[in-house]
Amino acid sequence: MPNYVTSVGMEVHAELSTKSKMFCRCQVAFGGEPNTRTCPVCLALPGSLPVPNREAIEMVIKTALALNCKIGGTKEESIFHRKNYFYPDIPKGFQTTQYGEENPFGYHGYLEIPTPDGGTKRIGIRRIHLEEDTGKLMHLPSGGSGIDYNRAGTPLMEIVTDFPPDIHNGEEAKEYLSQLRQILMYLGVCDGKMEEGSLRCEPNISIAPEGSKELGVKSELKNLNSFRSVQMGIAFESRRQEAALENGETLLQETRGWNEQKESSFAMRIKEAENDYRYFPCPDLVPMSFTPEYIEELRANLPELPLAKFQRYTQEYGLSAYDANLLISEREWAYWFEEAIEKGGEPKAICNWMNSDFAKMLNEEGITSRQSKITPDHLVELVKLIEDGTISGKIAKTIFAKAYETGDMPKKLVEASGATQISDTGAIKAQVQAVLDANPDVVAKYKGGNMGVKGFLVGQIMKATQGRANPGIVQQLLDELLSS
Amino acid sequence: MAISLDEVRHVAKLARLDLDEPEIMSLQTELNALIGHFSDIQAVDFGGVDPKLHASNLTNVWAEDVPRSSFKRELALKNAPMSKAGLFLVPMIIED
Ligand SMILES: [Zn+2]
Repeated sequence: MPNYVTSVGMEVHAELSTKSKMFCRCQVAFGGEPNTRTCPVCLALPGSLPVPNREAIEMVIKTALALNCKIGGTKEESIFHRKNYFYPDIPKGFQTTQYGEENPFGYHGYLEIPTPDGGTKRIGIRRIHLEEDTGKLMHLPSGGSGIDYNRAGTPLMEIVTDFPPDIHNGEEAKEYLSQLRQILMYLGVCDGKMEEGSLRCEPNISIAPEGSKELGVKSELKNLNSFRSVQMGIAFESRRQEAALENGETLLQETRGWNEQKESSFAMRIKEAENDYRYFPCPDLVPMSFTPEYIEELRANLPELPLAKFQRYTQEYGLSAYDANLLISEREWAYWFEEAIEKGGEPKAICNWMNSDFAKMLNEEGITSRQSKITPDHLVELVKLIEDGTISGKIAKTIFAKAYETGDMPKKLVEASGATQISDTGAIKAQVQAVLDANPDVVAKYKGGNMGVKGFLVGQIMKATQGRANPGIVQQLLDELLSS
Repeated sequence: MAISLDEVRHVAKLARLDLDEPEIMSLQTELNALIGHFSDIQAVDFGGVDPKLHASNLTNVWAEDVPRSSFKRELALKNAPMSKAGLFLVPMIIED
């Protein structure tokens, strides 16, 4: 029985976050009453003329630049093609797309993914092109199918990995998808909602004996709507194919669906469209070309991407890889952190508060950082109050919780509660002396060599000051008075 | 370059046209006449003229991303042969 190597090609479709559709100005939105966002263009009524959405084109070029691609439309003109097939969810009888090796807005790029050993692996990207989404087909209980064309014509970006594939297992596929999603969200070109279908992933999986030059027969997997299902689905397919080959079966090139509950794949009863799309240049849409100046301007204006942020956070601020990863996980979270640093917050302290108390409270309430009453100003002020000894770390937690609830500034809350830390040596000394006087037996034990009772005395002093005495000064004074 | 009867059948299938044999025969003759015209064009000497991707001389025609109002749903569905609950109705797609 040979060792098999799995190969995974990834096709990712991302709905672009434009306000209007790709070739008409109907609004783009999720959900809503069916067929309320259609017009002659997206319903393909005779005589209608499509006009491309400039913003969508720019979003694809930005993505292509972020993924280290060459840009179509710079050497030669880039054009849209018609991919001809009949299916009721495309009213025109063709899908407008970009065909060809160097015609798409992006081609021959790559994405670096982290590997378990702490290194990186380069995943080649073959093409990134712009096309349009289909309508939604619903099977009705009464028989027949109903169509909602609200989604038809939504700008859709397709990102295809290189062939032969660089991805060889479910973990790598999941990592690729998660890095890609993060980049799309940082660029602001896709909202990344896999459960709503605005980011869709259709991997094709094949296995071949180790050392074999040929790839095996591939199956394409659909209905994967989470990172977990992508990883599990690929692992399952590779096991299923291996078992079939070991049983002497012949694998079919097929489309399979993923059953999330059963954690297995099933052959889909899809009537395979004739694989004869007769691509040709769309006569309704004129060629596009981009000057090097325009491309360089877009490149210069790209936001800092997650990987660069990660390196900056770990190297410049000395944060751990774990903490840096948490901070960059969402764009808004990273921007929140950076705003706090700009306002003078100490990076490590700000990061600790964000990734512990703040993240926990946001999760419990199910809201985002921007929806919360806590602003970077709050956290910067709180961290300063701890740094300058005004409050203890323990009291800071209570103040933070109050600020989270009310939106009041930490300084104001500290003043109102009288919870400022006592650092006045004279005042603390009086409290220490009072505790020693009240516990002569404990003091005797300590002097008799039982050092363990010191903790009890510290506790009593803190209790007497409602936890506000500066712990360092308490320790110092206690040592002083006990040894006198 | 002549088109075969099988090619006519294939194209008819792609176009969802249900043709009988006499229709296929006559379409073969018509399509071959059409393709004949293209061979005439191909015989012309276009030396010195660069190939073009599009007949028009325009480039970069696009619109800004500003939504406008859409059809009222009743209007969108007005010419549909069948509709129900705001949806266009078509025969069941997945079969056998
Ligand atoms: Zn429209």
